[in-house]
Amino acid sequence: MTTNEQLHVGSATGVDLKLDIAGPGARSYAFVIDWHIRVLFALAWILAAQWVYVGSIRWIGWESDGFASYILVVWVPAVAIYALYHPLLEVLMHGRTPGKRMAGVRIVDEYAQEPSVVAILIRNVLRLLDSLPIGYVVGLSATVMTRQSVRIGDMAAGTLLVFDAGHGLADGKSLQLNTQSTSRYGLDKVELAQDLIERWGTLESSKRCDIARRLIHSVGDSVEPASGDMALRAQLALLFSPQEQETSRD
Amino acid sequence: MTDAKVDERESAWLSSRSERWRAIAEQLPSLQDNQSIPIEQVRQALGSYPEMARDLAIARGIGVGSRLTTHLEYLYAGLHRAIFKSPKAGWATFKELCRRDIPAAAFELRWHILSTSIGFLLAGLAGFWLVKTYPELVLLVVSESMIDTVREGRLWTDGLLNIMPSSLLSLQIFANNIVVALTAMSLGVLYGLGTIYILGLNGLMIGGVFAFTAQYGMAGRLFEFVAAHGFVELSIIAIAAAVGFSIGESLARPGRLSRRQAFQQASQRGARLMVLCVIFLVGAGVIEGYVSPDPSFDLTTRLIIGVGYWVLMVWALLGWPIPRSSKPAVET
Repeated sequence: MTTNEQLHVGSATGVDLKLDIAGPGARSYAFVIDWHIRVLFALAWILAAQWVYVGSIRWIGWESDGFASYILVVWVPAVAIYALYHPLLEVLMHGRTPGKRMAGVRIVDEYAQEPSVVAILIRNVLRLLDSLPIGYVVGLSATVMTRQSVRIGDMAAGTLLVFDAGHGLADGKSLQLNTQSTSRYGLDKVELAQDLIERWGTLESSKRCDIARRLIHSVGDSVEPASGDMALRAQLALLFSPQEQETSRD
Repeated sequence: MTDAKVDERESAWLSSRSERWRAIAEQLPSLQDNQSIPIEQVRQALGSYPEMARDLAIARGIGVGSRLTTHLEYLYAGLHRAIFKSPKAGWATFKELCRRDIPAAAFELRWHILSTSIGFLLAGLAGFWLVKTYPELVLLVVSESMIDTVREGRLWTDGLLNIMPSSLLSLQIFANNIVVALTAMSLGVLYGLGTIYILGLNGLMIGGVFAFTAQYGMAGRLFEFVAAHGFVELSIIAIAAAVGFSIGESLARPGRLSRRQAFQQASQRGARLMVLCVIFLVGAGVIEGYVSPDPSFDLTTRLIIGVGYWVLMVWALLGWPIPRSSKPAVET
């Protein structure tokens, strides 16, 4: 069963799984990365094979001797890399590709499971239709119009893309719970500080310093906020981030 | 209860659970990616799953930090995937596909296959009649250079191997045929209209080409060329169209299912058949590249190859049935 932006899957424990469904933006982002990777790999193959087989960048004419083996060695693998990139990697990487991994999404079936090989084949064969008339207009329109943001291939295969790894909390190491800090300042503040530290580089200097000062003020009068951008960040890390506390202790 | 007490209990809970969550997070990649896992690790995962469900329910219930809840959702989903994942697709699954799924799909689509085969035949006859009656229409189905070649008393397939080696020819042919078959299937999404177009066009072209070559007394030679690969190739176009039609039908007449469910069911059934079709198209491409253009093969040999390969395909569609001797079971 699904809601607007989440896939809900019932479980024997009575606690439903709730997975955020990737929208057209995340899908397109993953696709563009994958497209560049497969094009670059295919081109790299052509150039490398061309260099090894011919010894230069010069194409061999079709009337020349050895044209067949030239095509088989240089061009066929490149086309295979381009055409089989998605189906092969989606099977081998359990519903992911490098682009999907970077976008933090993965393909799952309606039970939040890794899709079957047949399902992956279907969604990839129907790229023929989704890519029509040019630039995936049909597929992109379908993702915009459908509730689960799926293209026609996904509808046929019974698959959808969900955000994996909790939007960046990809592994256990990402969640650094310092029980000392949490019990002293409360989980909300620790999480806020961790968010701030993670996004430090992307925020304006005046804004991040202001938030950091207020956060440090809020944890007690005994702590005086440091002056200066980097000093504030270090102080924040010392107060809230266990990893950096441990590092600094070492 | 006061806020301070709640915070205290929350902190105590976090302190007691955080090490466990870290341990589960560390185990998760190997649980998800490895094919064989030690039994002890499986037991631990099975024990962790209800624990995580409980922790997640608590986190959702008391509304603790969003990052923590997100992380617990991730751990819970990961464990769920690892525990409930299907057995890996391997050789046994492929055998199951060949022995059970493909024949079942072929049986379910038997009337569709019959209908598209008849439709294909009718389109071929229509093409033949049209070009025979209105010879100028041949321009719609063949290029001018092909017309000139036939007028010179040659077929465009003559000396094909002088232009392109068999290996390349095979590759080009089967790649093209696979794309045509998959397109015929995919366009079924347009309520079957796209499939009608592909089926009709191919039928008209084949019929038209035969009518045109017949005018110059070369239809026999053309048949000789297609005899080795044509039976399978044309049958597969009909099968792909049948799959396309079933997909179109699922959208037009979903029955008791929702359109989406019917579409999924039809696509998954059709995809199983298409796996077999693609495999046989590769073989047909190899035959078309190596046997069909080679003049050293006479018509009889070509017919044996063509009909034999077609029978093999039908046998595969039936699930490779092997008659077994009915020996009585030995009681032990």
